[in-house]
Amino acid sequence: MRPGGTYFYVAYLGLVVLLGTMLTVATGSTGFVPILLRGLAVTIEIASMSAVLALIAALVAGLPKAYAPRPVRVAASCYIEVFRGTSALVQLFWLFFVIPNFGIELPPMAAGVLALGLNVGAYGAEIIRGAVLAVPRSQWDASIALGLPWRRTMWRIIFPQAAIAILPSWGNLMIELIKSTSLVSLITLADLAFRTQQLNLATYRTPEIYGLALLMYLALSLLVTIAVRLASARLDRSAERAL
Amino acid sequence: VNPVFDLSFALHILPSLAMAAVVTLEMTVAGFAVAVVVGLPLVGLRLFAPRAASALAIGFIELLRGTPLLVQLFFLFFVLPLWGINLPAFGIAVLALGLHYGAYCAEVYRGGIESVPRGQWEAFTALGLRPLVGFFRIILPQALVPVAPALGNYLIALFKETPILSTIAIAELLQRAKEIGSETFRYTEPITLVGLFFLAMSLVSASAIRALERRLKRSPN
Repeated sequence: MRPGGTYFYVAYLGLVVLLGTMLTVATGSTGFVPILLRGLAVTIEIASMSAVLALIAALVAGLPKAYAPRPVRVAASCYIEVFRGTSALVQLFWLFFVIPNFGIELPPMAAGVLALGLNVGAYGAEIIRGAVLAVPRSQWDASIALGLPWRRTMWRIIFPQAAIAILPSWGNLMIELIKSTSLVSLITLADLAFRTQQLNLATYRTPEIYGLALLMYLALSLLVTIAVRLASARLDRSAERAL
Repeated sequence: VNPVFDLSFALHILPSLAMAAVVTLEMTVAGFAVAVVVGLPLVGLRLFAPRAASALAIGFIELLRGTPLLVQLFFLFFVLPLWGINLPAFGIAVLALGLHYGAYCAEVYRGGIESVPRGQWEAFTALGLRPLVGFFRIILPQALVPVAPALGNYLIALFKETPILSTIAIAELLQRAKEIGSETFRYTEPITLVGLFFLAMSLVSASAIRALERRLKRSPN
């Protein structure tokens, strides 16, 4: 087992689960676990919804930034720069505290998903733009020569090749997203960070509560890392077969 | 009073926000200084220690990179005093930023060190330099220059995460904006100004990093 290889991460995930169980039993924290797990479910829910929004935003902004005529490209750049340039927490607070002044009342969940999705989408757009532009020009020339229409070329020729470059970066981005979801605890959403804070203030059993929360976040990140590595290996294999 | 965006109110709170911006910049610089240093032992262990220690280093790096800064910050804030370590809030803040981004720095260093050709190691060994001297004088300078832009990007990322420090009442920009909001019941101007400040700083520093990248690409080595 090579440190840093896929099996290493699987073993690490196992160790994290084991450590969590041991910590729970050793400190008599069994009662905290269901509450924290309920928070974890909210974290996963928010992360999943934000991930979908981020993917849509990244495609809608990233592809035009690579191919569209200048005015559209400028609009895409504006979105990307604004959301990458201002802090995620500031964006969240802006949606939560400022937007209501304009007469739009967003529930915390909507504000959270919107802020995280658009923030992460801006980073994702740059990943997608970079990856599709890195596909050699000759692929486009070949598709034109074969008479393939633009959409089919994009979907069947360019995107599968770009996906190999996109996937690892996208995995890292998803881990950043999972970590960012903890910010929604500051706008009253009952995610894992919120439950942790709440339990801590109620019981003051700080080390075990925060220890368990950190292990749960780590387990989630490791799951994403493992999934992305497996998917990458699969894509690489199918790319080799195609050659 | 303009209900949407009151310019005179915005100008009125600007000096107070400017003072908080200084705190934000101080936190950024101090946090990154710690991160740059913390990254070195982490990458040293990961690359050069025996397998078990190397695995531990990777595990620690993944723990730091795989869990939210907010939760790490609270962990340090609440748990360190229980262990008898009493740091002021800004010390906790700098430590949390430094550890979190130290893990990212370690990975950047790793990329740099692995890109230095093997021959450089052999050459300094042949010249009779001791391993540590050779590493610090020959390998590290060559490893760090090409990764300078990547480090710069993490500096910007760290800068943009400083608003999280408002949760432990560090008087940085977002904290000040929230205070102004709760005193005046006007959140639009302070939070928008904070956003604009971050945007301006990010755009300026991003273009500085692009200039650095171009320069590094032009000059051989």
